[in-house]
Amino acid sequence: MNNFPDLTLLTPLLERYNGRSREALLPLLHEAQALYGWLPREVQEAVSRTLRVPLADVHGVIEFYTMFYNKPTSRRVIRVCDDIACRLRGSADFIAALEARLGLRSGETSSDGSVTYERVPCLGMCEHGPNALHNDDPAGNLTPADVDNFLARAHPEPRIQKHGGPLLKLARAGKVIPWSLSDYEQHGGYTTLRKALAMTPEAIIATIEASKILGRGGAMFPTGLKWRFTRNAPGTPAEKHVIANADESEPGTFKDRGLLEEDPFGLIEAMTIAAYAIGAENGWIFVRGEYPRAYRRLATAVARARQAGYLGHNILGKEDFHFDIQVRLGAGAYICGEETALFEAIEGKRGFPRIKPPFPTTHGLFQQPTTINNVETLMAAMAVLTIGLEEWLKIGTPDSPGTKWFCLSGHVAKPGVYELPFGLTIRELIELAGGVPGDRQIQAVLMGGAAGVFLPPDRLDLPLTYESAKANNFPIGSGVVMVFDETADMRYALYQLAHFFAHESCGKCYPCQLGTQRQLEILQRVLHNGGSTPADKAALEDVGFAMTHTSLCGLGQTAATAVLSATQLWPELIVANQR
Amino acid sequence: MKRQANVRIKTLKIDGIDVGAREGETILELARENGIHIPTLCHLDGVSDWGGCRLCLIEIKGSNRLVPACMAQAEEGMEVFTKTPRLVTYRKMILDLLLSERNHVCAVCVSNGHCDLQSMAQELGNTHVGLPYLNPSLPVDATHPYFIMDHNRCILCQRCVRVCREIEGAQTKGAMGRGIEVRIIHDLNEPWGQSLTCTSCGKCVQVCPTGALLQRGKAVGEMVKRRDFLPYLQMMRED
Repeated sequence: MNNFPDLTLLTPLLERYNGRSREALLPLLHEAQALYGWLPREVQEAVSRTLRVPLADVHGVIEFYTMFYNKPTSRRVIRVCDDIACRLRGSADFIAALEARLGLRSGETSSDGSVTYERVPCLGMCEHGPNALHNDDPAGNLTPADVDNFLARAHPEPRIQKHGGPLLKLARAGKVIPWSLSDYEQHGGYTTLRKALAMTPEAIIATIEASKILGRGGAMFPTGLKWRFTRNAPGTPAEKHVIANADESEPGTFKDRGLLEEDPFGLIEAMTIAAYAIGAENGWIFVRGEYPRAYRRLATAVARARQAGYLGHNILGKEDFHFDIQVRLGAGAYICGEETALFEAIEGKRGFPRIKPPFPTTHGLFQQPTTINNVETLMAAMAVLTIGLEEWLKIGTPDSPGTKWFCLSGHVAKPGVYELPFGLTIRELIELAGGVPGDRQIQAVLMGGAAGVFLPPDRLDLPLTYESAKANNFPIGSGVVMVFDETADMRYALYQLAHFFAHESCGKCYPCQLGTQRQLEILQRVLHNGGSTPADKAALEDVGFAMTHTSLCGLGQTAATAVLSATQLWPELIVANQR
Repeated sequence: MKRQANVRIKTLKIDGIDVGAREGETILELARENGIHIPTLCHLDGVSDWGGCRLCLIEIKGSNRLVPACMAQAEEGMEVFTKTPRLVTYRKMILDLLLSERNHVCAVCVSNGHCDLQSMAQELGNTHVGLPYLNPSLPVDATHPYFIMDHNRCILCQRCVRVCREIEGAQTKGAMGRGIEVRIIHDLNEPWGQSLTCTSCGKCVQVCPTGALLQRGKAVGEMVKRRDFLPYLQMMRED
């Protein structure tokens, strides 16, 4: 095998990137890897020279993101979801069949270099589990019988499964042609931006504050307040940023994917409104690397919106309102959904989270004032302006007005994204999704994702509102409602959770770096031995509490919450049959 | 000190003691000036703060969140606590995790008796390691003509990375991997001796808190680090 890469392939690419700074590192690495399938050392050196990034940092970045490869890897990569929701839907059988057919184990490349195979964390298509990515092509509902079709790319692409109503934020998804601006306009697109531009930025922020929208990604920060802080932060509009956080990687979360894929212009319009209200000229959409289809559609939509004058200078004739968007593709790192780690990723660094304060509203991307909102949050803000504040406040409950996207997965008859007003109980939501298939009983429900908590069947009559979540100590989080029926192996689920966090911990702070590893080892022992020693149980709790209270960012602070909730609910899972 | 003209002094309390802070001063700096000791492993005077070791976490009255003293700015009226029972417990726990991770065997270490990690264990009273040792099999890089990097003793405090970047400007050192797999690297993860960017200045060795970075030829207990050059260099550059 020829070990020397043909660097002439790279020359045009380097010329295009010449003169750009470090923020171009991730895009350049993506493009370079598309040429070779991986990033040989000579390519890393050339990238380092072109962008004037230290060699150690180029290497460190490649090693940080799981979708960049440092060793010979095929141009054809098959990634199969090995996470909780897919497992509940039988991914083990599909994985076994696929591995037998390929003759490969996770992380291996075939001897002829034609295919690389990996088991990966949640791909964000849980409503179509078991699912997989064949390079950029997603496939879902895979059974062992589908292996050949899948490998031939003849398996149908999964589409968004949206349910519920009123569909305020998902109104257009699935109805419009995602790459057609004229179709978007015919379905009422850009009417809300026109309405917004007729208002003052102050009035928009006041409206959003009155709408009581809290961050829909899970952190629940008041959106209007965030916009106001950024607007009031010192700096000109050219120095301010609006970022759509489309890096949803929380296991069980797939709510934003539907919108990104099926209504990309909607997000662009929502960001433009936010930018006008805040007084920011720079927009960024950071999409997780596992959403190639969403990335393509967003990139197309941004280019078309720019061509039509919806992005750029003096948008819709509004004097001095300039705004443009860059779409950035992640490369496999859950931590980059953390806002400050996401800034680092855009800046071309390893996704290590920063210490807050200072907060992003004054010191965000490039240390400049930044509003970073979850995709759904931006859509909610636009929905308020579309239907009017008064109508918005009539939906949901007085303290949790509006709608929320819930991600139903696991053992439910109709998994999918459910846009619903706040206020339904968890049980009603599960019944809306067709309940548990067969005559089986619910064993547990995971609320809020891997960073959430388990609820037992007798606590499912709690309403899904922010006030009830707070009072009853469960997170709404990113809207994950993952159902485990009586047949589910909870020890395996706990092991998967622990595996996820140990794999995704960035390694910056000790409690999370070392604690997630210890948690994994203990739960591995619990799984294999059918229980643990009392010392292990105590260590699990000690490490868990230390991580929760001392970790630097949200990842470590929540890496033990689901596990700790399980040890309290089902102590017998951990200590039974000890050896 | 040059900054003393025209500064507003902020008054606050640390562990019940009234203290006065300059604008922009961190709790850690302020505590040290006032003889209040806060433990830390990753902080290093003269380079930027990293905030990763979490040993300098403090409590601030009115907030449930623990914040690192190295990066928390002193504010008027604050009441800071540095030694509450839960802080002490968490510090010991974090140190326990750290001591069990790699192969920290003081008895055969070049830095025995001059090691920040060892001193920290003594200070916090970690007489035993409560978790099973991981005993990883890690390489020793002895390719450099003057220095050795022993990954078995590295605690990933990133002091070497920061000093290489911010003081020497060589940018040779960096980190790769994630989580438990993080390793300090030279350039594109090559042997130290083959690095084309390393200037062999040795600053990284002097700032390393443990025996992970050492001079060749040192036997057990012989590796004494000199830290004094750093604040001196920093001061000379400011002038």
